[in-house]
Amino acid sequence: MKPLLSVQNLKTHFFTDNGVVPSVDGVSFTVNVGETLGIVGESGSGKSVTALSIMQLLPSRKGKIVDGKILFQDVDLSKLSDKKMRRIRGNEIAMIFQEPMTSLNPGYTIGNQIGEALRLHMKMNRNEAEQRSIDLLKEVGISRAEKIVRDYPHRLSGGMRQRVMIAMALACNPKLIIADEPTTALDVTIQAQILELIQKMKKDSSTSMIMITHDLGVVSEVCERVVVMYAGRVVEEASVRTVLESPSHPYTKGLIRSIPRLEQDVEWLESIPGNVPIPSEMPTGCKFASRCEIATDQCMEEEPELYEVGPGHISRCFLAREVKNAITAT
Amino acid sequence: MSSYITRRILQLIPVLIGMSIIVFSIIHAIPGDPATVILGDQATPEAVAELREEMGLNEPLVKQYFSYVSGILTGDLGTSLKTSKSIQEEITPYLMATIELMMMSMIIAIIIGVNAGIIAAWKRASWFDYTAMLVALIGVSIPVFWFGLMEQWIFAEKLGLLPSTGRMNAREPVEALSGLLLVDTILQGNWSGFWDVLKHLILPSIALGTIPMAIIARITRSSMLEVLELDYIRTARAKGLSGFWVLYKHALKNAFAPILTIIGMLVGLLLGGAVLTETIFGWPGVGRYIYDAIGSRDYPVIQSGILIIATIFVFVNLIVDLLYSLLDPRINYR
Ligand SMILES: Nc1ncnc2c1ncn2[C@@H]1O[C@H](COP(=O)(O)OP(=O)(O)OP(=O)(O)O)[C@@H](O)[C@H]1O
Ligand code: SF4
Ligand SMILES: [Mg+2]
Repeated sequence: MKPLLSVQNLKTHFFTDNGVVPSVDGVSFTVNVGETLGIVGESGSGKSVTALSIMQLLPSRKGKIVDGKILFQDVDLSKLSDKKMRRIRGNEIAMIFQEPMTSLNPGYTIGNQIGEALRLHMKMNRNEAEQRSIDLLKEVGISRAEKIVRDYPHRLSGGMRQRVMIAMALACNPKLIIADEPTTALDVTIQAQILELIQKMKKDSSTSMIMITHDLGVVSEVCERVVVMYAGRVVEEASVRTVLESPSHPYTKGLIRSIPRLEQDVEWLESIPGNVPIPSEMPTGCKFASRCEIATDQCMEEEPELYEVGPGHISRCFLAREVKNAITAT
Repeated sequence: MSSYITRRILQLIPVLIGMSIIVFSIIHAIPGDPATVILGDQATPEAVAELREEMGLNEPLVKQYFSYVSGILTGDLGTSLKTSKSIQEEITPYLMATIELMMMSMIIAIIIGVNAGIIAAWKRASWFDYTAMLVALIGVSIPVFWFGLMEQWIFAEKLGLLPSTGRMNAREPVEALSGLLLVDTILQGNWSGFWDVLKHLILPSIALGTIPMAIIARITRSSMLEVLELDYIRTARAKGLSGFWVLYKHALKNAFAPILTIIGMLVGLLLGGAVLTETIFGWPGVGRYIYDAIGSRDYPVIQSGILIIATIFVFVNLIVDLLYSLLDPRINYR
């Protein structure tokens, strides 16, 4: 089966006053029809930039796709005119953002903002759009939807607003939804509710999804396959089960160790020591070497390629097989 | 909301009282006896006494003030010393001429200024942005009288395209319904008159509107730049909206509050600039009326003119305040 979306060797660079920042540096992955792909990685690994590249919503003049293809239903989005891209945005590919508090326009009602996409892409009139907005709000679990459509965003809580954002994304029955850390900004209990809602939406429709998060716990709940990103690169990719049971990259292992576990009554979470290297101090060898416990001399000099360590399982580590076969630390 | 409007209007009362006291005091702030000053040194004591009586200067000050205010409240601004005519009757056509000029200037300034600011912000750091901001910079620094004279010299004298003075050609009198000639000519279906009035308006309103236009363009640009960085703009674009809708629907509404504040303040600037513009373009406006009154020491007229101008300023700013509420549903007006 042909993938719905195929990102091939995507390179998105930022041109700043301090030089060029290769935020996304040769990323490839695919999303199949009906599939939910997780993209995980720490802050700054290039997840959002990847998402914005797909949507062609990079900050103009600063961020540019310098190489690669983004094939959506065999059309390269990176070569599309603005006009054609607008017909895809919100219609065939929709996006949910991290910050529900600031992602809605304070000056317009909820109904107006959901209805906008309906009127634009589905050619609905005002009444039809409002009616459909009410239905959508009910679908995402908002009671008193008839009243909420006429309310302004400031009257809604963060969780409610994120439900509105989800309703907005679902409005035109998109083929692909990109959710960029949809639960990060929310309270833990609300996070669980929103995740539950996303799972329900997935079950009810055949929409494909990219779930961006830094939490492998979220991935294990909603995704089938996962891409692990580090410093603008893919470092590991496999099915969620494979990644969780036999990770083959030390970075992934570290991420697994930092999944919050309810049964363990821990006060603090273990996290990987060190930070993502800043662009100007990118090492020549493996980008993870400075934080890797098992780094060798080779790791300092050469950057490993992505290669297959098992069926449908790829890793960017010289010692991937050893890591994979080692008894997992957890 | 309506209670907010009521409260906001009630808040105006002290402002208006303060204003009336200041205007009332003008006549008493003159060194010496007002009647003598008005009539001049050669006036006979009888004439001075008569004028004092007429102006009520022999009454206690508080009583004078209250009779002045009650006069204003009943629409009586007193009589002109020079013409002995009722001031409010005399001032109305001048006032309407000024209002028409100011409105035209403001409309030009807002339409061009806001749009130029929006496009400059959208196409930031493009040649349009640089040119527009350079023009705006020149615009704020041009002296109005010089600009007005240049306009007259080029468009009236050299090219002969537009009339350089007056409000319309005297041959075709227009019956005053609203006092705004553009409106009156439309109401009467007098199209040649409308065209004539419009042609007379163009040069003075551009002269008067250039500085506000430049200021509005700059504030719009900076306000839009700020808003365009916000998350909900990205949301709007993610929906597939075109640049036009993102700018004019999503960004402008939130960027407009500071623009509105500036517009309110510019009305004051415009009132000042109007006096100058009216002089250059022979515009029969209230600025000229007051100017003439100052020349002939017609104090009641000066008082009334200042009172009217100040009142306009206060009410324009009230309207600006009320418009904020339409822009931002978050403001709680209870
Ligand atoms: N507007 C920008 N200007 C300059 N550099 C940028 C910009 N946006 C992103 N970057 C660069 O791209 C890198 C990746 O950013 P990105 O937002 O994709 O990270 P992320 O993986 O989404 O992290 P987070 O978990 O914090 O959302 C950043 O480290 C930053 O250097
Ligand atoms: S390549 Fe070397 S440094 Fe990089 S993750 Fe593997 S072992 Fe660690
Ligand atoms: Mg991000």
